[in-house]
Amino acid sequence: MKSIQVSAVTEIVRQAVQTINFDTPVRTMARLKEVLIHEPSPAGRQAMSDIVENRAIAAEQRVPMCQDTGMVLVFVEIGQEVHLTGGTLSEAISEGVRQGYREGYLRKSVVGEPLFDRRNTGDNTPPIIYYDLVPGDQLKLTIAAKGFGAENMSRLIMLTPAQGIAEIKRQVVQCVIDAGPKACPPVIVGVGIGGTLEMAALLAKKAIMREMGQRHPDIRYAAFEEELLNLVNATGVGPQGWGGRNTALEVRVEYFPTHIASLPLAINLDCHLHRHITVVVE
Amino acid sequence: MSAAFRIITPFTDQAISGLKVGERVLLSGVVYTARDAAHKRLVETLLAGQPLPLPLSGQVIYYAGPAPTRPGQIIGPAGPTTSSRMDSLTIPLLEAGLKGMVGKGNRSQEIRQAIVRYRAIYLVAVGGAAALISKRVTKMDLVAYEDLGPEAIYRLEFLDLPLVVANDMFGGDLYEQGVAAYRDVEMLK
Repeated sequence: MKSIQVSAVTEIVRQAVQTINFDTPVRTMARLKEVLIHEPSPAGRQAMSDIVENRAIAAEQRVPMCQDTGMVLVFVEIGQEVHLTGGTLSEAISEGVRQGYREGYLRKSVVGEPLFDRRNTGDNTPPIIYYDLVPGDQLKLTIAAKGFGAENMSRLIMLTPAQGIAEIKRQVVQCVIDAGPKACPPVIVGVGIGGTLEMAALLAKKAIMREMGQRHPDIRYAAFEEELLNLVNATGVGPQGWGGRNTALEVRVEYFPTHIASLPLAINLDCHLHRHITVVVE
Repeated sequence: MSAAFRIITPFTDQAISGLKVGERVLLSGVVYTARDAAHKRLVETLLAGQPLPLPLSGQVIYYAGPAPTRPGQIIGPAGPTTSSRMDSLTIPLLEAGLKGMVGKGNRSQEIRQAIVRYRAIYLVAVGGAAALISKRVTKMDLVAYEDLGPEAIYRLEFLDLPLVVANDMFGGDLYEQGVAAYRDVEMLK
């Protein structure tokens, strides 16, 4: 049994939401620079050069990489042996978001009710929180800032098993073509296959939360990720949609068992900012 | 990579007629921020025959609404917003002498044609490079519509803002031409 004070979570979230808006992980920077070097289109290289330079300036000046500092998503992986004290976990997470967005001069981009009033909540809360109960005594958080330029270009389709791989490829390519500049390429493409309607979407979102440079452990899926990346890059959309051979940084696929009558497919786009971090709460 | 052209506002026909789609430029001088709400008010003012709160002749509008400014900095992150939302409110401004627009994303067919007709230019900045863009701002002043907060019209002075020509006065379009040049049609069959 491990006891954790939820105030520790507030502190972690407060720092994390700022870090992901200011700092760039080593592997992400390496991938961006790789694209900068290999992009044949001059306009594409200009875009990549600005993207890479922007990362350094944001980190140095503690200024957000983009004025859309996103809506916050938190994936909580909580061990069954963990005992939380000192308050409600979801409120502690919300408070961390509130404090971090205030301290970091980050933009408040959340409205409290989507249809009638659409009034800004003023503090970028609530975050969207998903909980996973696992064996062990560890509390792990993956915190992301999701920009909605790319989120708005995402899609969900209930395919039939007969439509299969060929249709999945077609859908992924069309999604990226239709998005064009709006998702701020080069994008990360998260593909969720299987489960139910909402499970497929969650799989696609979890695919986005992977660290750069990691392929799926199943070699069939790893090969499929590579194939989809090549297809997406063949669209010619390029960095910022200005034309080029690097439209996506990575394509990642996650799957789950599904019903014999279905092939649910979700495609979630993430812009080149790719803002997320995983922290273990001690 | 070839060197970028340095251009200065306000724009003259002569200065921008040499610029073609896909070319890189470094823009210096004054631009005015205006997005959805400000555009609506400007067009309403023009239609009512009232004087505008800013000069438009030869000027450049930047589709942006700056985020909060950290103390000690000139401006908060001020990257471009999606230009196409302003398409329906652009032609009256071009008629009134607007010469350049800075934003991101492609424009409608109607606006692309208007850019040719009015001999204007549409330049694009990188989306998600707000820190870099903000660092190029040397001065920021409120000009009009203070009540709109981040959507107010601000006068920004830029030094070497990196941009790419998206629509030139000859009908070129970066998004169409760029993608076509790099699409591997065989592979997508």
